[in-house]
Amino acid sequence: MTDAPEKVVELEGVTKEFAQGKTVALQGIDLTIDSGEFVSLIGPSGCGKSTLLRIIGDLVEPTSGKVTVNGKTAHQARSDRDYGIVFQHAVLYDWRTVTKNIALPLEMLGWPRAKRADRIKEMLELVELTGFESHYPWQLSGGMQQRVSIARALSFSPPLLLMDEPFGALDEMTRERLNMELLSIWRETRSTTIFVTHSIAEAVFLSTRVVVMSPRPGRIAEILEIDLPQPRTAETREDPRFFELVTELRESLHRGGADQVFEKLAPEGDG
Amino acid sequence: MRGRAGNWVPALIVFFVGIAVWQWVLSPLAGKFLLPRPSAIAKAFWDNRHVLVNAGWFTFKEALGGFVIGSGAAILVALVFARFQRVGSALMPYAIAASAVPIIAFAPITNAWFGVLNPHSKWAIAGVLCFFPVLVNTLRGLRSVRPEAIELMRSYAAGDVDIFRRVRIPAALPFIFAGLKVATVLAMIGAIVGDYFGGAINALGVQIENSISLFDFALGWAAIVVASTFGIAFYAAVSVAERYCVRGMTST
Repeated sequence: MTDAPEKVVELEGVTKEFAQGKTVALQGIDLTIDSGEFVSLIGPSGCGKSTLLRIIGDLVEPTSGKVTVNGKTAHQARSDRDYGIVFQHAVLYDWRTVTKNIALPLEMLGWPRAKRADRIKEMLELVELTGFESHYPWQLSGGMQQRVSIARALSFSPPLLLMDEPFGALDEMTRERLNMELLSIWRETRSTTIFVTHSIAEAVFLSTRVVVMSPRPGRIAEILEIDLPQPRTAETREDPRFFELVTELRESLHRGGADQVFEKLAPEGDG
Repeated sequence: MRGRAGNWVPALIVFFVGIAVWQWVLSPLAGKFLLPRPSAIAKAFWDNRHVLVNAGWFTFKEALGGFVIGSGAAILVALVFARFQRVGSALMPYAIAASAVPIIAFAPITNAWFGVLNPHSKWAIAGVLCFFPVLVNTLRGLRSVRPEAIELMRSYAAGDVDIFRRVRIPAALPFIFAGLKVATVLAMIGAIVGDYFGGAINALGVQIENSISLFDFALGWAAIVVASTFGIAFYAAVSVAERYCVRGMTST
């Protein structure tokens, strides 16, 4: 806590095996993420990046290794609601309106009604969905649904935001717009963000660091610092440095042995 | 509810054409004795309306008792099976096997157990008939939830009770109601068949049986129409409850 910068996630020798050790999903992962970082995990399907995200969130137990989140065990961090999570599918509850979906974690935290209403209003402004309070999820487009899901994840101001290919199912235009929105939300909330993606351009555009993972057994092949200036804007995508970094990341993925698998990459994600 | 009167017009035309064909084609062909004309059935109903409606109400109450017990038990068992996977996988094969048994065959036995005049004998048979469709549908509903929806709840440190209350049960409601609607029909069948093997004189099944054995087919048909009307009303009542509940979940 006294260190500057503060460590939000520390992974030491994290390994995950499935099917009694027949499948090694992750092997010897060491990674430290500091407060306020935006770290992307990128790699071919089946490299275990979604599993790694779930291990940080204590939704999957590692076979061995040490996971520290906010200076606590991952389990304690989950019990303390230290993180919000966004999945590839918005996972909104159909029987709840937009307002009620965002309210869900706040209800679980026992917030009084008035405080909930204030926060929901703020969150709707943040994701630009004011006016859609009483819509049901099925009345929204895919991009809007995902924005509700982001608002829900951030509603209780968790210090950590975990995102598992949140824009993977959206079209390119919507994806680019939501990338911009996500960055402005990130600047505003200063939530440390861990972002799983398949998209090289998306990883470069969003991140302060990109963690390149190799195919199964998943290992960290390389970590790239993204030194593009902040705040990033539409012009960032036209910056020569952006293209250099995209090329660097692509080459790094190929060195990591992703070539064969990478062609098969479909937006539906890995396990 | 679809409030558009126009949607009902084709169905009404079919109804009246059907009645007309029955009245002037089918009955004359089959013989008015074996297949009474709708007009004769209507007259039989009118002449016996108090007895028939009372009998319908009596048998409906038998069906309702079985429906409540059978469906209630099925929902509880489904919750246990969904919560304790091991129990579910140990017992579900037997539940499926038991559902293939022609349960109506047990009607004389439940009559013997509880006594023909005791409504419990009809509750038992109607309840057992309701049990399986509600169990199977509820379980399917409780298991229909995406794994991410559960992971999301766990990320909020939610326990099992919260996950069931806030996610699994609301997600299962449409499935539960599908099961309940099937169960309304089965409950009426169970109660009436239970009556056939002996019941109170004011029970609808007994009325149908007696009038047929006296060759009063018009009265028998009138009683069947009463049974159907109660059955349809029962189904409609559950459909209305469904609209209220499945929508009402959102306004709490």
